[in-house]
Amino acid sequence: MKETVKRLLKYTKKYNAFIAGAFFSSVISVSLMLYGPILVGEAIDNILDNGIVDHSGMIPILIRLIFTIAGTAVFQWLMAFCTNKVAYKTVQDLRVDVYAKINRLPLKYIDGHAHGDIISRIVNDVDQVSEGLLQGLTQLFTGIVTIIGTLLFMLSINGFITLVVVVITPLSLFVASFIAKRSHKMFVKQQATQGELSGYIEELMGNQKIVKTFGYEEKAVEGFREINNRLYVCGQKAQFYSSLTNPSTRFVNGIVYAAVAVIGSIYALSVNQTLFTVGEITCFLTYANQYTKPFNEITAVVTQVQAAFAAANRLFEILDEKEVVDDGKVEIPGIVKENGDKQTFSLSIKNVYFSYIPGVPLIENMNVEVAPGERVAIVGPTGCGKTTIINLLMRFYEVDKGSICVGGINIKDMPVDSLRSMFGMVLQDTWLFNGTVKENIAYGRPDASEEEIIEAAKAAHADYFISRLPHGYNTVISEDGGNISQGQKQLLCIARVMLADPPMLILDEATSNIDTRTEIYVQKAFDEMMRGRTTFIVAHRLSTIKEADIILVMKDGKIIEQGRHEELLKRGGFYAELYNSQFAGS
Amino acid sequence: MRKLAKYLKNYKKQLFLGPLFKLTEAVFELIVPVVTAMIIDNGVLKNDAGYVWKMGGILLLLGVVGLICALICQYSASIASQGFGTVLREDLYRHINSFSHKEIDKFGTPSLITRITNDVNQLQFAVAMLIRLVIRAPFLAVGAVVMAMMIDIKLSVIFLVVTPIIAVILYVIMSKSVPYFKVAQKKLDRISGISREGLSGVRVIRAFSKQETEEARFLKASTEQADISIRVGKLSALLNPLTYAVMNIGIVAIVWFGGFRVESGGMTTGEVTAFVNYMTQTYLALVVVANLVVTFTKAAASAARVNEVLQTETTIKDPQIDENITLDEREKNGPKIFFDNVSFSYVGKDSDKYALKDLTVSVKKGETVGVIGGTGSGKSTFVNLIPRFYDISKGKIIIDGKDVRDYTIKALRSKIGVVPQGSVLFSGTVESNLKWGNPDASYEDMVKALKTAQAYDFVEKLPDGIKTKVTQGGKNFSGGQRQRLTIARALVRNPEILILDDSSSALDFATDARLRKAIKNDIKETTVFIVSQRASSIKYSDKIIVFDHGEAVGIGSHEELIKSCAVYREICLSQLSEEEVNGK
Repeated sequence: MKETVKRLLKYTKKYNAFIAGAFFSSVISVSLMLYGPILVGEAIDNILDNGIVDHSGMIPILIRLIFTIAGTAVFQWLMAFCTNKVAYKTVQDLRVDVYAKINRLPLKYIDGHAHGDIISRIVNDVDQVSEGLLQGLTQLFTGIVTIIGTLLFMLSINGFITLVVVVITPLSLFVASFIAKRSHKMFVKQQATQGELSGYIEELMGNQKIVKTFGYEEKAVEGFREINNRLYVCGQKAQFYSSLTNPSTRFVNGIVYAAVAVIGSIYALSVNQTLFTVGEITCFLTYANQYTKPFNEITAVVTQVQAAFAAANRLFEILDEKEVVDDGKVEIPGIVKENGDKQTFSLSIKNVYFSYIPGVPLIENMNVEVAPGERVAIVGPTGCGKTTIINLLMRFYEVDKGSICVGGINIKDMPVDSLRSMFGMVLQDTWLFNGTVKENIAYGRPDASEEEIIEAAKAAHADYFISRLPHGYNTVISEDGGNISQGQKQLLCIARVMLADPPMLILDEATSNIDTRTEIYVQKAFDEMMRGRTTFIVAHRLSTIKEADIILVMKDGKIIEQGRHEELLKRGGFYAELYNSQFAGS
Repeated sequence: MRKLAKYLKNYKKQLFLGPLFKLTEAVFELIVPVVTAMIIDNGVLKNDAGYVWKMGGILLLLGVVGLICALICQYSASIASQGFGTVLREDLYRHINSFSHKEIDKFGTPSLITRITNDVNQLQFAVAMLIRLVIRAPFLAVGAVVMAMMIDIKLSVIFLVVTPIIAVILYVIMSKSVPYFKVAQKKLDRISGISREGLSGVRVIRAFSKQETEEARFLKASTEQADISIRVGKLSALLNPLTYAVMNIGIVAIVWFGGFRVESGGMTTGEVTAFVNYMTQTYLALVVVANLVVTFTKAAASAARVNEVLQTETTIKDPQIDENITLDEREKNGPKIFFDNVSFSYVGKDSDKYALKDLTVSVKKGETVGVIGGTGSGKSTFVNLIPRFYDISKGKIIIDGKDVRDYTIKALRSKIGVVPQGSVLFSGTVESNLKWGNPDASYEDMVKALKTAQAYDFVEKLPDGIKTKVTQGGKNFSGGQRQRLTIARALVRNPEILILDDSSSALDFATDARLRKAIKNDIKETTVFIVSQRASSIKYSDKIIVFDHGEAVGIGSHEELIKSCAVYREICLSQLSEEEVNGK
């Protein structure tokens, strides 16, 4: 908790001026607010009884009161403005930091965590922190100033009655925390059950069509009812227990009020009435009310602040994750040849070991030598680790042992950006962002001219469908990419790589969800792109495989066979079996 | 909102008692300033200590009784509101379960989920507020004014001036800031959108080393969000200072004019004090009323969304007529499935935008039917019509000699096993997932289904076999494994008709071929539909239907279609090698 506060303070530091402003404003507004009742009391003291009313004596007091009210209002607003600024600006910084951090985290983290969870941290948790900061700062400042201020004011009027108030008030804190402890347990249970119910709904309703298909409706309702009824039991208890706080603390306040009224009056009777006037009783009563209020409010905010700390911790958790190592300095020489063309390179994988989960080896002692310009096809059954090779080549993941060299240089010795800029990558799950077609193609080269973009699109066989889109190259691709088909998305991704013109390629042939006619174009575009470039391709098409210089046959994360199509067929191993099964048919 | 009132009918007692006790408490709260005024006027000013003590005791008593009333009210509120929510949720869920695909498509699943969770919670909260505050807050505000009027009608004019002003300020500021809140929410959605893109596209972003561009985009969005929040803050922060100032000016007026009233003998000093107290009370009550207005505006929106669901009736209903139509022999020996000039539109019966047009096809028992075509060509629509997920616009679909609309939905669907696109498993175990297909399936039945689905090999290797846990969505299995398990799930049903809707896309071609072979050999009696984008998956089917833009452009065997159907030939040539196309 202390650690969390310290780290949060680091973020608020930039806005110290506003914090000071908030504090200063709250001191002034609260003091003026407290001064008000004194003036009201003094004014009332001018009203003694029938015919004994001193209006001329009231005028200066009331004028002062009006200024006090105006001052209170102005500084109250300033205080709110400053805390707002601190809260929102602080969390903005925090949010940007978290996002930037995610960009520096290894893919292992991103692949290993539910994206929904990370997004919820960036969106909801950050919001929770801002809400906590806002409420926390406001209540903390005004609360402290009010408590100290009322105490001083009350003391200045009468020490004895002040003592009465001070002794009774903590009772409300005690009562509140007593209730909070009990209701907290119920709340936790309610939250958990609510979560369980949401999960159930999400899972079953999200797949309502399957529920229908299997006639599972009745069973689904049964399961729902069971959780729903449990939610009622703990929800009702949580709501009731927590709703006790307000009446209980109000009751304590009532006691304070009664005590001040009685003791104040008795005191007034027992001493000379010029020492303790009726007006002073009135304003004492007002103070008693005001003094107890921050206690109630602070207890009310405590849960919110606690939630904010929990949220902040979840954010700091991300910020504390280990970042990717990128300390390579060696640049590969001669990428661009003298005639402006790009040169492609050799690639060698030597004695590489890798595993996603420590202790569960996946790739063991992998060795592959690829000459410049050669085409490598990776084949094998589903889930055999084909994408793992892409992960290692692009250094999305680090090898555990061994080395991968491009053009003779270990990729670990290169800056990550230089390495990745050498590869053009087209994956099966295409990724386009919410922007125009043009922006998406120019993603890798934002400085590209319009002509270059169109040229790349033409080369990728994407120009024909782009020009038919409602706004051509300026069509905005919607967030879910719903306005263009899967195959068209793939063509755009190819155009993107074409424009970037990288010396080497990593491709993943799509197998499903592609319009069959578009697929022909994708195939053609792939073929053109691979010419003269060292290429790794996760292959599904026989023609691609047959034309490859090296076929890597993978099974269970291991390369079990390696060679050309004819060689492998002759060997009669796993590849031959795979190949023949295609013709075995039914 | 009135339509939802029936869900409160079991809680009439709480709805009556809650507000009643809250009201009693409020009355006591209003009496407190009177008692204080009496202490000052009769006790202090008349030097009567005994009176002070007595009245002090009354104050304490008022507090205790008030506390008890409040507790009863809170208890009633918790019972009624949570009970209301529970019943409403169950009813909603049950109702949604009766929806056909058409209604589900209309609302969209995420929207249905929000309605059953957030919207019901919002309504539940509103019910609690209804019981707790709806009577109390206006009563306190009005009551304070009435009490003031009873003390002195002339001075109470101040209330009649100040209260409306405060109400107007509350209204203006709230109505001005609500649209801003909506904008702020949109900006937040944008942040969430960029984050989602950043995560799903992480490989591409890094491949192009575009982290900084993405960060700049994010910075811009989050700055906009912070700025708009600060702007709303500035506006809504006016609320407290302004109303506070107005109220206190009211107090100044009370003291000043109250002075005249006391001077002329119309009021006592204590009564002026009471007036000051009532002003504060009115103010606090008005603030609560303002919040209530916000709560109920939100609740009204939620109620409308919930009602919309409840009022939607499913279009697909069980037939009214007697189920046991006797079939004559000729029909029994006829085709398993017969599409008789079927047209279908997602939009509505009378629309011209057909997703499927004038389809006539007949399928024999035990046949394997391949269904191929581009995206949006009508493949999935075709197979979705067989289990009557949608009702057709024109024509007839006959299964076993009977129109699908003449079957009860349960009877119809029990004949059919569907493996939908996007292989989804449910949290539980492999076994519990298989039992979705048939709750009474024996271990042997399941093993048999797993074997046919080519899933037995890997299930057997799992440490806990078919008892292995499945996480939500089946994330702990690979795409190919999930696909095979969903196929097994459909097979456990022993279906007469099996529909595989693009459900072997994640399988490599060897497994895919083995699967097709097993289906052919293991379940000979079953009529199988295989929907696919891959020519290799369907080329050995008994019958292939080629779809293009909602129409069947070719029906026949591979050999026939290669010769006669241009679309089919094009698809094959793009995917298969020459020798494969021409077959062996």
